[in-house]
This record gives sequence, structure tokens and C-alpha cells, in this order.
Amino acid sequence: MSFIKTLIQGNEGGLYADGLTPTQKVTLRAVIVGVLYYGLSAIEGMLMRAHAITPLSLFEQNSHYFSVMTVHPIVGIFGSTYLIVFGAFTFLVPYLMKKPLYSVKLANWTWILIAVGALLSWLGGFIFHYAPLYTLYWPLPVDFKQYDAVGGLVFIVGVAVIMVGTLGFIYNIFATVFYTEEGHEKRPIKPLLISALGIDGFLNIWYKMTGREPYSKEPAVSLPVVAIFRGTIDTFLDALVILTCGVLILVYIFGELAGVPMDYTSVNALLYKNFFWWGLDLIADGLVLIYVAGTWYLLAMMITGKKLFMQNIARAALLLELVVSWFVWSHHLLGDQGQPNMMKLVSGEMVTAFELVTQGIAVFITLVTLWSARPLKVTFPLKFLLAGILGFMLAVPAGILQADMGLNRVLHNTQWIVGPHVHVAILVGLTMTLYAAMYTLWPTLTNDVKLWSNKLANLHFWGQLVGGIGMGAFMGMAGMDGMLRRTLYLNGEYETYMLLAGACGALLIVAWLAFLFNVIMSIGIQGLIGVFLPSKMKTKELVPKTQVAE
Amino acid sequence: MADSVEVLGALKLVYTIYTIAIMLLIAWFARGVVAPEGKPSVVKPSTFYGYVGVLVFVGVAIHILTFNKIPWVEIDFKRDSIKADQTFNITVKDHKFTLPEEKLTIQCKNYVMFDVDSKDLTYGFGLFRQNNSLVLQMQVVPGSPNQIMWQFHKNGTYHVVSTEYSGPHGGSEMTLKNAVEVVGCEDNDKYAMLGAK
Repeated sequence: MSFIKTLIQGNEGGLYADGLTPTQKVTLRAVIVGVLYYGLSAIEGMLMRAHAITPLSLFEQNSHYFSVMTVHPIVGIFGSTYLIVFGAFTFLVPYLMKKPLYSVKLANWTWILIAVGALLSWLGGFIFHYAPLYTLYWPLPVDFKQYDAVGGLVFIVGVAVIMVGTLGFIYNIFATVFYTEEGHEKRPIKPLLISALGIDGFLNIWYKMTGREPYSKEPAVSLPVVAIFRGTIDTFLDALVILTCGVLILVYIFGELAGVPMDYTSVNALLYKNFFWWGLDLIADGLVLIYVAGTWYLLAMMITGKKLFMQNIARAALLLELVVSWFVWSHHLLGDQGQPNMMKLVSGEMVTAFELVTQGIAVFITLVTLWSARPLKVTFPLKFLLAGILGFMLAVPAGILQADMGLNRVLHNTQWIVGPHVHVAILVGLTMTLYAAMYTLWPTLTNDVKLWSNKLANLHFWGQLVGGIGMGAFMGMAGMDGMLRRTLYLNGEYETYMLLAGACGALLIVAWLAFLFNVIMSIGIQGLIGVFLPSKMKTKELVPKTQVAE
Repeated sequence: MADSVEVLGALKLVYTIYTIAIMLLIAWFARGVVAPEGKPSVVKPSTFYGYVGVLVFVGVAIHILTFNKIPWVEIDFKRDSIKADQTFNITVKDHKFTLPEEKLTIQCKNYVMFDVDSKDLTYGFGLFRQNNSLVLQMQVVPGSPNQIMWQFHKNGTYHVVSTEYSGPHGGSEMTLKNAVEVVGCEDNDKYAMLGAK
């Protein structure tokens, strides 16, 4: 088959879009748009990397550079990660619960709202150079001496739209867990709730310790769904906090636009920072870690075909992780001298250190489950899964180290934070876990479309792994030598590190292009377009009946 | 007495060793889990509980170790009860630091308090050596006390830089070169001596 024909029709006939169910389509739509937003975020990151290499300085105005830095995480986290994760879970929760998704229509609105919201926020930065960064330290987002209020309006409305879409996802997930589908006998709420919260895991351990039969031999909810349910609780709380802060900022923006500017000292900056970080940290230290643990468990079970090692402990640990995630935000305020020392010590250091334990448990259980099924085949899901685990094994201890009152004094605000911790966690830990899930679900979601090139998939793997770890490492080294994040160095102060980090960044772009090209060549442009056209199958089934029969 | 150069040097070494060890561990695991001659094996629960115990120990021990080995942690905890030998009241407004004197001169081993007040935005207050390495920093939040106490043990000249983003004109544009000088020590901070790289 000629190259052009394959490009248009896909590999060996490509994706037959008319054969996709509405649930398959909505999942693929969210994931495809999420992958495209990942590319936008990666290109933005690369532009900033290039700007840090002195002769390549790209931005004429600092405001443009910092507006890119402002939208980069919005596009990356919400536009990309949220969409991919929500898309995957929209399929997985009903798939694992063995019943239809509660509402395909709501799932469609979810990805559309998040995609539109991310675009609006991006435009707020691109057109208006609105640049308070994602941390929105009060009163920077309402400092209209520096920023255009209209830009702020576009940006904040964008974030609010993303959060509304997020609430739609949350409702759909909870409803899917609890509702009783047509023709099925009434599903009681209590056992579902106890299982979804993981309380049955605790009870099973307690019953065993007291010499009784297990509380529940067959839990009402499978372990990955427990993780998704728990993570979604944090997603909900986080959405509420971000929406609340968004409304506060909008009030000031409307005041400015109406010619009645308001006094920003009415809001206590430290209190606001505590509130905002409590919510924002539920993403980084809450839902991400919990969702990732759940995804690892699911992948380990799918790859091995075995039950998970220490199931009850895993269930209980997920509940512990949820509670831990509510009390760790102070590690973001270790450099704030107005923050009470006791909060820094207990929340910032000690409770945060428990993330080493909860994430370590997830790593151990996943690896032991895989080991118990030796020998396994070398597959892309397995490779990406191991890379994702490696990413978190590197990034979580880096975070624990910076959440130390002594080390934070010389690490906070440096490239260490965003390098070995944030970018290694996201690019290697989270993203490679998501790719593992994508490669795993690929046959189910595309009705067995054959991947066009294993060589490109390998390039994707190594580019992402080496690029992600390498970039994080060189940023970290620069950070330990004093290079601040969010600060421009245009006199070549950290040139060697920035050149090396830039090369690794370029590798990440190559990896993304390899993946994107491989996907397009596999499903074909026709199939790609077909995913976004209405489904011709009027069914609530998750996959076509023929696939189930096979 | 350890300073940030030594602390970060130790961190660089420890974290590099850890990173290499973890990558080798995963590489070993990846080879082993797909090795055709590999046999399924079961891990005892006691191994798991021992591993969790190690994680708890490491998580707590890091903080106990740094509390005892990094000198500025204890000073920071007790700054309310330690009498400052020197206090510098600094204000920040419109992306500009205003110091009480053009150059702040600090006597060796004095307890010195930097008291920074922001009149508008959230900034950072950091001291940097001549080679741009970081000595100390804190956040400067408007409407909150922003005080950091420090004890210097080596001579040197330091730049004041805002370590927190406060808009496109913050960061490196908020730099006061050679604004702080420590004198009277037996040793020199070699990276903080004028002309050092």
C-alpha cells in the first residue's frame, strides 16, 4: 500500500469509524484532543527551553515569555492530562463495572468544555499576555498595572469552563458507579459506597486480625475503580477550590472593567495562598498519585491476568492516600515565614513524607504482581508501565527532599522543583503511565487496528524516557547551582545545563511526533475524522458485540 | 559549620547515586520479568511489611537528619526566642528593594535578622554568591511577617535577588548587586569573594 493511501485510509484498512460505539468514540475524542494539547504544551516548553539558551532568545518581550509560562501548565495539565485521564476513565469505569456509561452525552460535553476552556486560557496568554502564572499568588492576578483586565477575564473564564467540564466528568463517574442500569435488579448503594471508598479493605484486614471470615470475599467494586473513585473525590474538591478562587478574581476583574477598582488588601495573601494551595495540591499530591496507582494496578492485572498482590492493603492504602492528600499542602509554604512552624513541621514535612510510603506501596504491589507472573512478553504496555514506575520512583523522593525545612531553604523556587520533581513526575511518571494505558486499550478502543510501526513506538518510548529524565536531571543540576525557575537568564549563566536540557526537550518533541505519526498512519486520516462524526451505532454497549464475541 | 554549598554538594551526590541505583534496579527488573527462563515467584507478606517499615523510617529519618546537620533549621525554629545582634528592615514595592543602607555589612557569627515588608505583591528575598549559587531565601508575602534569621561563618559579598515571580519585571530585574557583605570571619566563602566564578 502506498504511503499516501496508508496515510488516508490507515494501516491495513485503518480505523472503521462507523463500527465504533458512542462510548468508544467519546473516549477516543477526549484522548486525541488530549494528545494534541500535549503537543502544544511540549512545543511551548521547547520555546521556553530555547529562549533559555542565550543565542536563541525567541521572545522580544518578557511578558510574552511569562504568558507562555502561564498557559504551559494549563494546557499540559488540564488540556492534555485531564482529557486523556478523563477519556480513559470514562471508558474504564463502565468497562470494569460491566455496565454502560451513565451518560455519553455528558461525556461529550465534558471533553468539549475542557478543550474549549483550555483554548480560552491559552488565548488569554497568547493575545493579551496575561501572565500571573498558574500559582496565582495574590494579588498578582488582579494587578492591573501589569496585566490587561480583559486578558484576565479570558484566562479565568477559560479555567472556570475547564472546571465546569471537570464537574461533568465527576458526576458521570459517580453516577456510573451507583446507578442501576435498565433490566438489572436494584444495586444497593451501601456495599458499593463501602467498597468504592476502600473501607472493605480495612474491614477485611481487621476481620483477619481478629480471626473472622473476610468482611467481603468479592468486593462490590474492583480495585482500579476504587482508585478512580477516590481520585475523583480529590478532583471534585480541587475543582471547587479553583472555581472559588476564579470567582474571587473575576469579581476584581469586573470591578476594574466597570471603573470601580477594588482594594486587593481586603484579601489576606497568606490565607488565600493556603486555601489555593490546599486545592491545587489535590491535583499533584492527590488525584494524580491515586489515579496513577489505580492505573498501575489495572495494568498489572491486565498484563499478568492475575489478582493483585496484597489486594486489601492496596485498597486500604488508597484510602490512606486520599486522607494524606488533604493534609500535605503546607510543603508549598515552607518558605513563607508567616506560616506557623507547627504547620510546616506536621503538614509540610511529616504528613508529606507519608507520600513516600503510599506511593512506595503502589510501586511494590505492582512490581511484585508482575514478578509473580514471570516470564512476561515484552510489550509496549509493559515497557511504558515500568518507565512510568521509574518516573515516580525518581520524582517522589525528589519531592520529599524539597519538602524538608532545611533543604527547602535552598531548593525552593529553583529549577530543582520543576526539573527532577515536577517534569520527571509528569513527563516520565504520569505521561508514560498514560501511554501504557493507551497502548493497552488501543485494540479495545479501535476494534483491533494494527499499529503501523513498532520502530516508531520504540522511538516514542526511548525518546520520552531519555528526554524526560535527561531534561529533569539537567534542570535539577542547574537548580542546585542556584538557577531559579520563573526567572530569565539572558547572559549565559547556566548555558551548558540549558543546552543539554534543550537537547532532551527536543527528544521529547521527537517522541511525541513519532507517536502522533504512528497513530495517524495506523488509523488513517479518514478514521481520525470519523471519530469526531456522530456514531452510527445506537447502542449503550461499550464495544461492538462482534468484539465481545471474539 | 555547613553552608549551602556543602549541603547541596551532599544532596547532589546522594541523589545522583540514588537515581543511578533506581534506574539499574528497574533495568534489572525489566530483564528479569521477561527472561524466558524466569519462574513465577511469590513474595512473602513479611517482606512487604519490612519494606513499608523501611519507607516510614527513611521518610522520618530524612527530616531528623537535616534538623541535626543543617544549621539554619534550628535557628529558623527558634528565631522568635533568639535575640538578633543585627536587624535590617527592608521594604519592597513596585518591583524594587529598598535597603536601610546602600550596603548591609554583617559581622561574622552575629545573629542577623532580615525583616522584609512587601507593600504590594508577593516577592522573594534571596542572597546569592558571586557564582550565582543560593545562600538563603524566603517568600515575601504582603500583609504577613517575613523575617529570616541567619548566622554567617565566612566572609563574602552577596547579591540580593527576588526569588519569586512577581510579573515580567520581577525576578532577575530585581537584583541588587553586592548589597550584603560579611566581614570579620577567619575563613572566606570562596564563591562569594568579589571576582569569584
